[in-house]
Amino acid sequence: MSSPGPQKSLQRHPLAGWLMIAPAVVLIATFLVAPFVLAFGYSFTNQRLISPNPTEFVGMRNFEQLLGIGVLTLSPEVDEAGSPVRDDDGALQYPRVRDYTRNNPDYPHLEGMREWFGWNWGNDRVLVLARDLVFMKALTNTLIFVAVVAPVQSALALLLALMINQKLRGINVFRTIYFMPVVVSIVVVSLLWRFIYDGRNGLLNNLLEFLSFGLFQPIDWLGNPDTALWAIIAMSIWQAVGFHMVIWLSGLQTIPVSLYEAAEIEGANAWQKFRFVTWPGLRNTAVLILVVITMQAFALFAQVDVMTDGGPVDSTQVLVFQAVQRGYEQQNIAGGSAISVILFLIVLAISITQRYLTRERT
Amino acid sequence: MKPIRTAASALAIALAVPGTAFAQTELSLWYHGAGNDVERSILVGIIEDFNASQDDWAVVLEEFPQAAYNDSVVAAAVSGNLPDIIDVDGPVMPNWAWAGYMQPLQLSEGALDGFLPGAIGEYNGEVYSVGLWDAAVAMYARRSTLEEHGIRIPTLDAPWTRDEFDDILETLQASGEFEYALDLGMADQGEWYPYAFAPFLWSFGGGIVDRETYQTAEGVLNGDEAIAFGEWWQSLFDRELVPGTSQDMADREIGFIEGDYALQWNGNWFGIRTLEAVGDDLLFLPAPDFGNGPKIGGASWQFGVSSTSEHPEGASAFIEFAIQDEYLAAFSDGIGLIPATAEAAAMTENYSEGGPLEVFFGLSEAQAMLRPVTPGYVFQALEFRKALSDIANGADVIDTLDAATDAINDDIERNNGYATAQ
Repeated sequence: MSSPGPQKSLQRHPLAGWLMIAPAVVLIATFLVAPFVLAFGYSFTNQRLISPNPTEFVGMRNFEQLLGIGVLTLSPEVDEAGSPVRDDDGALQYPRVRDYTRNNPDYPHLEGMREWFGWNWGNDRVLVLARDLVFMKALTNTLIFVAVVAPVQSALALLLALMINQKLRGINVFRTIYFMPVVVSIVVVSLLWRFIYDGRNGLLNNLLEFLSFGLFQPIDWLGNPDTALWAIIAMSIWQAVGFHMVIWLSGLQTIPVSLYEAAEIEGANAWQKFRFVTWPGLRNTAVLILVVITMQAFALFAQVDVMTDGGPVDSTQVLVFQAVQRGYEQQNIAGGSAISVILFLIVLAISITQRYLTRERT
Repeated sequence: MKPIRTAASALAIALAVPGTAFAQTELSLWYHGAGNDVERSILVGIIEDFNASQDDWAVVLEEFPQAAYNDSVVAAAVSGNLPDIIDVDGPVMPNWAWAGYMQPLQLSEGALDGFLPGAIGEYNGEVYSVGLWDAAVAMYARRSTLEEHGIRIPTLDAPWTRDEFDDILETLQASGEFEYALDLGMADQGEWYPYAFAPFLWSFGGGIVDRETYQTAEGVLNGDEAIAFGEWWQSLFDRELVPGTSQDMADREIGFIEGDYALQWNGNWFGIRTLEAVGDDLLFLPAPDFGNGPKIGGASWQFGVSSTSEHPEGASAFIEFAIQDEYLAAFSDGIGLIPATAEAAAMTENYSEGGPLEVFFGLSEAQAMLRPVTPGYVFQALEFRKALSDIANGADVIDTLDAATDAINDDIERNNGYATAQ
């Protein structure tokens, strides 16, 4: 590139780099940075979507509302003699939580809270109460989703990648099949899976009934609080596994064949080849995939929106879905912004930890 | 441009020049029914008639799909681009009026005489919107099914009572002829929940929010009557008398027609289709009485004037023109809705005396009750819907109603009691 002339001077011009980066910077600033800064600001106000009232600064109130937690220890009901009352099954009877959390002047700090979870402590029952139970459920569901999807999806994707990284006739057909769900819109995929999970005559129930010779009782996968989140997890893993398989595949193909040949000569078996040649060679790919899957999993939204709307009984509430619901449906922009800020902090913390744990050790 | 045009039209009137179409002031109209040809042709007909009937105003129509309509209005309001005339879903109107998107109508005295109460949108003592039609809900049933099982056919004067209704559902379920005794329409998870199911709660004696002050839901949504309603509601699902929240929309549409469901709680807009399939055997029955009279929800889409309109008198003139009986009847014939006046009903195919849907006019007149008329309704409807879904899916009734009550009260507090801005 030593040709003289205008081309060279343009490339050397100090503004050239800025000009080339400009489109990306403008787009990112408009659609990512600006909204985030706005959301950060709104989360300390009572900003509404629709309101004639002026916006006011409310400090940390939105966060206190979301994250408020209280502990309540309930003693069993006792009869006149002072011995605990038991019902017909012999279980201890406790007073209702609402007696403490509604208009009870002795427990002002628990006002409006709801039971989140609890455990037995001797005869007493210890309860953890949440001020915003729906948010807490969304938070736990999101964490469960990430904790399951990140390892399972990356492992499955690696398995698929290893299987199709062979020189077989027609291997491209398999690659295409595994990759297909990735290119179909997630909304379409979610709609299809709604039919698959249908409780009356869904494909999954029919298949299980057929395989078990009719012993299997049909389950309403998305209508049952115990199965709904797992149904979404399974479907989400299936949907995006092809994408990560392709990334693994690209990693696999950068490993020099000569290393495998050397291992062969040394007499390594298949497992040893994987453990000492393939896996070290995939290190950077693994870091990338882990970070990408984690971020994508935290952003779970479309599946919930299309398949369950957060139900049944909040079993599939997740953070992004709650942020959208509050901001737009409930017209509470401040509440939605506060959730987004919390989500940002969580993802940031996890990413930093991941970077630290997977850093290049010298 | 606009002041010049207005001046020109004023001049034209002053000179009484006939046929000065060029001098008409344009009024924009937004409508939610994009994609429905019948609705469009009727509305376009009204607009053409109006534009030809006088020389001051020319209404121009812009249509939106229903799903995107409310968002479009809100976005337009935020950016200051509202049209002159908007249409608005009845229960949403107070929210928009409160937010300052709408202004009261300027109708002449007596323009709304004889209108069904559900077609008149009143907020803060002023009429903000008016509908050309109302909608109603009825219990769809087959005469043959009821007779076969010895079930009394209820009337408006003697509706089914709660115990009677429960017995009927149990009888029908036990017959084994049906997958479910009753279809409530749990698949339709939008405004249908508060519209169709809040009347059950009202009939029990509860409510979504205190209707005197609109400042609290305490004791109304979680009082004894509401808890009784919640327990009854949950028992419907526990006893497997009705399909649950995971019902498929396709089953909702064909389940009753195909005989999978013995009864169906459904709107009049499904009436004609069902009638065609089932024939004379079909009955539209009044709502059961759970103790405080049979109730159904009122109010459908209505027309109003935006607050930013420069010509509210022209916008109101159009609305007053559109609510003539002949147009009410045209809409009813076209899309099967209940015309807003008895005179218009007499002119329609379906709601005139002896017409197949005539009964709905009576149901609407006798039982219709408006959903809470407050800007907070938009939020309250969401909480009510969530509470009903959760209870149907086995959540604790009292805790769920408490939670909905608290959420509604928090929302009212966050909005300074939804006081109107002074």
